[in-house]
Amino acid sequence: MTGPGRRHPADAAVAEAAAEAYTRIVAALIRITGDWTLAEDCAQEALAQALSRWPESGVPDNPGGWLMAVARNRALDQLRRASVERRKLRELAVLALTAATGGPAPEEGEDVVDDRLRLIFTCCHPALAMEARVALTLRTICAVPTRDVARAFLVSESAMTRRLTRAKTKIADARIPYRVPGGPALAERLPGVLAVLYLLFTTGYDADGEPAFAAEAIRLARLLAGLVPGEGEPRALLALFLLQNSRRDARRDAGGDLVPLDRQDRTRWDRAAIAEAAGLLRDLRHTGPYVLQARIAASHASGDADWPAVAHLYDRLAALQPNPVVELNRAVAHGYAYGPRAGLAVLAAARSGGALDGYPLALAAEADLTARAGDRTRAAGLFREAAARTHSEAERRALLARADEIT
Amino acid sequence: MKYMMFVCSDTEPDTDTADYPDIEVWVAERDAAGQRLQGMALAPTSAATTVRVRNGELLVSDGPFTETKEIIVGFDLLECADLDEAIEVARAHPMARGGRLEIRPVADFEQ
Repeated sequence: MTGPGRRHPADAAVAEAAAEAYTRIVAALIRITGDWTLAEDCAQEALAQALSRWPESGVPDNPGGWLMAVARNRALDQLRRASVERRKLRELAVLALTAATGGPAPEEGEDVVDDRLRLIFTCCHPALAMEARVALTLRTICAVPTRDVARAFLVSESAMTRRLTRAKTKIADARIPYRVPGGPALAERLPGVLAVLYLLFTTGYDADGEPAFAAEAIRLARLLAGLVPGEGEPRALLALFLLQNSRRDARRDAGGDLVPLDRQDRTRWDRAAIAEAAGLLRDLRHTGPYVLQARIAASHASGDADWPAVAHLYDRLAALQPNPVVELNRAVAHGYAYGPRAGLAVLAAARSGGALDGYPLALAAEADLTARAGDRTRAAGLFREAAARTHSEAERRALLARADEIT
Repeated sequence: MKYMMFVCSDTEPDTDTADYPDIEVWVAERDAAGQRLQGMALAPTSAATTVRVRNGELLVSDGPFTETKEIIVGFDLLECADLDEAIEVARAHPMARGGRLEIRPVADFEQ
């Protein structure tokens, strides 16, 4: 975030209010002006003004409203200069300042849709390339500077700027609507939105990832779960993020090496996050892929996984969403629930299609199951092969340590 | 907003065995809704001719200008409020399952 939070770490509440207000401001300005760049520039400028003024004048009572007023006036100035149609100017002029802080709940009605939800669905529109969706989400919704987005995707800042510009041009040229899909289309489009958030989270949570992105993914999942309370999957996704993220401090040792789940110091798990996730999952009646994954993660977070239950959840997930990675995890679960030979049998079936060939995690799983089945020499060789194939330095060290341990 | 919808063949059509939507019904409904302005099916590419002029010389050759397995077999000119509406119009076309559809906005040089 480029919000005030960075300069005032002491006042986390203000930083959070500003981050939340930012998304509302950008979303409202895009709806009224249709100009993504103008909306971002004005919101950024409001944040910059807050940074320079608040330390002296103090934080206003309604920081979100303050930021919205500054951004709106800035947008009005620019549009007046460009002599934009009067209708847009009028809409901007009456843009309720409470919009930046939530304000009183609007009356129930078809047309009352949170601008932020429109923004999320537009950034995650399936007519945009997946990488463009993630980049737009980070840049426009989360206000992550372009250079940081570029670094996470291993491209230059200018290449990322072009990618973002191309995406915004397509939104305008192909007329991708700034709208939350209605009726059955909502359920149809939601998985695509969740997939973007999931990728955002893993980009942040990966061994060598950007931790701030994981926090942004959690913030957006929380927002989405609140905005579409009738759907189970966003809530489950938020629970899944919270559960995985609860182990962020325990998964590395003092030297920065990865620590496997069963050897982690459980006192370093974030208990509040685990409890929040449990609350989210408690009354959930839906059965979607993220519900199943979150229940699996919750079982692990209990510190004493019920492996037959986890294996059963993976069976259901594999039936719902058949793919090699799910099959791989299913094999691991069966290995713990019913013995290493049962796990190796599931793994062999999963590998028969060839989709897992050379995949380091499949090799590592086979190594682990083989070691537990008693063939340590073969297991050590498999651990070394997995180490040679992984792209993550932290993973490589962890795999080599396992190989050394059993030889 | 006008969108050109290219109707193309595809080497991997839908494997679902459910009945395909009726093209006559699709045309009648889209015409009545004002979403389809014009549209035609094309003769096979064996009837296609490519024309170029280079340095004043006319070059005429047999066949389409690209040899691909996915070929344009027809087109429809759509009038839709936005891309989501155009996508809904396209999904109901039988060739969304039998082939593939490419929707491209008509360029707007006024903007």
